[in-house]
Amino acid sequence: MRIMKKLLTSAIASTMLASGAQAAISDNTVKIGYLADMSGTYRDLAGPNGLTAMEMAIADFGGKVNGATIEVVNADDRNSPDVASSTVRRWVDNEQVDMVGGLVASSVSIAVSNILEENDRLGIVSGSAASSITNEHCTPNHIHYVYDTYPLANGTASAVVKEGGEKWFILTADYAFGHALEGDVTQVVEASGGEVIDAVRHPFPTSDFSSFILQAQGSGADVVALANAGADTVNAITTANEFGVTQSGQTLAALLLFLTDVHALGAETAQGIQLTTGWYWDMNPEARAWADRFLEETGVRPTMVHAGIYSSTMQYLNAIKATGSDDAQTVRKQMMDTPINDMFASNGIIREDGRMVHDMYLAEVKTPAESKGEWDLYDIVRTIPADEAYRPLSESKCPLVTNN
Amino acid sequence: MAGSTNESAIKASIQAREKSAGRKKLALNLVLLALLLIAPAVMYPVFLMKILCFALFAVAFNLLLGFTGLLSFGHAAFLATGGYTTGYLLSTYSGVTTEMGILAGTGAATLLGLAFGLVTIRRQGIYFAMITLALAQLVFFFFVQAEFTGGEDGMHGVPRGYLFGLVDLENNTAMYYLVLAIFLFGYLLVQRTVNSPFGQVLKAIKQNEPRAVSLGYNVNWYKMVAFVMSAGLAGLAGSMKTVVFQLASLNDAHWHMSGEVILMTLLGGSGTLLGPVVGAAFVVNLEYYLSQGALGDWVDAILGGIFILTVIAFRSGIVGEVQKFIRKNLS
Amino acid sequence: MTMILGVPLAVLFGQLLLGLINGAFYALLSLGLAVIFGLLKIINFAHGALYMLGALTTVVMFDAFGINYWVALFLAPLLVGVVGVLIEYFLLRRIAHEDHIYSLLLTFGIALVIQGVLTNIYGVSGLRYSMPDVFQGGVNLGFMFMPYYRGWVILMALLVCFGTWFMIEKTKLGSYLRAGTEDSQLMQGFGINVPLLVSLTYGFGVMLAAFAGVLAAPIYSVTPVMGSHILIVVFAVVVIGGMGSIAGAVITGLLMGVIEGFTKVFWPEFSSAVIFLVMVVVLLIRPSGLFGKEA
Repeated sequence: MRIMKKLLTSAIASTMLASGAQAAISDNTVKIGYLADMSGTYRDLAGPNGLTAMEMAIADFGGKVNGATIEVVNADDRNSPDVASSTVRRWVDNEQVDMVGGLVASSVSIAVSNILEENDRLGIVSGSAASSITNEHCTPNHIHYVYDTYPLANGTASAVVKEGGEKWFILTADYAFGHALEGDVTQVVEASGGEVIDAVRHPFPTSDFSSFILQAQGSGADVVALANAGADTVNAITTANEFGVTQSGQTLAALLLFLTDVHALGAETAQGIQLTTGWYWDMNPEARAWADRFLEETGVRPTMVHAGIYSSTMQYLNAIKATGSDDAQTVRKQMMDTPINDMFASNGIIREDGRMVHDMYLAEVKTPAESKGEWDLYDIVRTIPADEAYRPLSESKCPLVTNN
Repeated sequence: MAGSTNESAIKASIQAREKSAGRKKLALNLVLLALLLIAPAVMYPVFLMKILCFALFAVAFNLLLGFTGLLSFGHAAFLATGGYTTGYLLSTYSGVTTEMGILAGTGAATLLGLAFGLVTIRRQGIYFAMITLALAQLVFFFFVQAEFTGGEDGMHGVPRGYLFGLVDLENNTAMYYLVLAIFLFGYLLVQRTVNSPFGQVLKAIKQNEPRAVSLGYNVNWYKMVAFVMSAGLAGLAGSMKTVVFQLASLNDAHWHMSGEVILMTLLGGSGTLLGPVVGAAFVVNLEYYLSQGALGDWVDAILGGIFILTVIAFRSGIVGEVQKFIRKNLS
Repeated sequence: MTMILGVPLAVLFGQLLLGLINGAFYALLSLGLAVIFGLLKIINFAHGALYMLGALTTVVMFDAFGINYWVALFLAPLLVGVVGVLIEYFLLRRIAHEDHIYSLLLTFGIALVIQGVLTNIYGVSGLRYSMPDVFQGGVNLGFMFMPYYRGWVILMALLVCFGTWFMIEKTKLGSYLRAGTEDSQLMQGFGINVPLLVSLTYGFGVMLAAFAGVLAAPIYSVTPVMGSHILIVVFAVVVIGGMGSIAGAVITGLLMGVIEGFTKVFWPEFSSAVIFLVMVVVLLIRPSGLFGKEA
């Protein structure tokens, strides 16, 4: 219902825009809120360094757009939808925030996008993995930028099946994200001619994986896939290594690994693991140049989320510059109409469901001998074209799409 | 030593003092009420509602810790049960009005309190704390597994609806006065309970349980009633919170939430009526201001520091210390 | 192959062994808690954070000074033990005569501070620590592949547990300890420095936690929050065993490791909650735990 209403108003808004009625930046300020986990589980993949990335984008843009000043406010969401929603409501109601960026835990992203829809502001989700954010939870008021579970499953699983890994054992984190990943992987494996022989769901979080690894070893599978994230994945890989999973001929596939996770594991332990990523700092000269500046600012190499925050903030400001307005629908439409070509993506497109589709990359972790530095960790094995990587619109459950 | 005339004079002066203290208290309460009534004109209503929800939660918890001497380490279970029940009913059945949803949430939490109570009420001290924790962990597991809660993603888009089918609660001001009314109901209920003969028995249990037993009181029955009431009110707070924020999440069921309500109560002053309210307001504000800006990544450390400081230096809490100060210097 | 409930017997053997190894961690951690509670009546919610501190110290000492695993095995618990003594001296001592509940709240605050500060310094994605070369590889037991290091863990844990039990229950030092904490005035009268004894006892309990941390460093991801998840599980173990019972903590630790291990096979989702179910059931039947004395 709400979406229908929104569509209508946005249609009216764009006709008004066409007639030149509405083109202004409200209160001559563009205010951006950065909301992310600054102190908990997801701190390192976005966190305080994500704020730095956003500030870098604003500084590079010049600090002003069409004469209006650009301001940033930030807050820690403590991975809690309550904290996130009370913060964002206040930002929207009292502080005239125009766009909220960052957004990591999927519960937070969903809660925030609901509020932004109610108040017609814009959200750009860079950290969340759940593909539902632009599927059943899509709104005309947010964009999902960097990656989601669909290409993660798609990229890694189809590559591993092609290499002969037919029988799969999936170790899944027992919550929505893990289930989604498991579902997507199962679909891809079966479509590519493989078979999932067992899937075990472990509690989130788990520190000791030995029992699960033993079950994987006893299952007779060719591939042990990890449908979990963060510390769980790091622990599972460490234990798999200790129990000699790869030595006994099984392939280890981690479906979601961030650069910070691989860095924590080290090339020694993680070598040979295949993974799908939306961006890698050393994938081309442009990316490297930006990553060098980021390293100077923060002391670490950026994750794909950091890069996505920089890129999306830049796109957002460019859209304001082009339209002369900070109205959410106007800006979102302009962003959808402009292909993204920068240090993050080439020919990235924001679809009507809010999904930013761009090429994804299948990477393999380097061996210690190949790795020339602590952050020199990936070999990009294959580029997965955008239209192959993401869930096609024809399968979408997003009302913004089916209504058309 | 003292003559009888002397004694009655002392009695009279005590009575007079109590009377004037009672009048002062009433005046103070009226001032506070007036402040709460005009607050949304000055402060952001959603934020005020958040404070009131947590304040009710802490008041409910304090009925146990402050007035009965029972430390429950599982109160998050009631908050979450209230919230999820209300959220589920309001978003699934369009025929359910807001007040019905809130009542159902409170009812569910009360029933859960009864179940918890049957298992735990005979245990004391640390065993009581631990067994409530264990039960709350099992409830947490249920909420993680159950389909209707949305698991880790949470339950979103709960409609605020219309009060009695008439008042549109999407309006923050209307919502605020409903929350305030519910909060006052809970607060006054606890106040009445504590000051009743029933409450006197609870205090006796807190001070010296064996003595209360020897006086012939069925201690477990009293504790049970207090526990169920506390659970129901905690559930009411959770239901309200879900309606205000239009969401319910696993954070409410996590044991950290049980720890947080202890912090609020202790910091404000357990065993005082106003203490938990002040504590909740303090913690919610602190979390809000810390999470903005430069100190953002230090929230946990600072909260921990306050915990330490409270236990070491202000064991009677903010309100308790203020009362002590007033008693020493002003009366 | 023989099957039990659809699971091959060999797999169950493997899970039994792994359960015992995990149980050894629980035993070591709950032993420290039991010592601290049994002798000092302190409910130490900082135990998880101090376990983490043991692991983190091991990693940081290696990264900064190249101090190896063998030295860390002694040095890290010692350093963390000193931290424990300081905590006791400056903080816990002030509430020694208050209700036990206050010690729970105070140590909970301490844990938040330690974790919060270290998260800001080291982040949360985990620090790398390589296993000493001697432990690389493992042995095939027929029913499972057993990494050498896991064998080492169970050996060390059991040794330390037995040593602690022996020292407290069977030696003169232990009897001083028990007497000193039960009737401190009398012991003061005998010329024994009771406050020092209390500090050292807390320090010792903390050392046990840190020792478990060192053992964990090579096999678990070392992060400032690694102790917060394990904390309430270990508490459950102590309560099930009977608060304060030294032998009870160790035996229950091993038992819970095994129960959790089997749950991971038959109902993996429930494995994080099974201990709490056991706790509720045990306390219903035996209010003071499996090995506790009736209060």
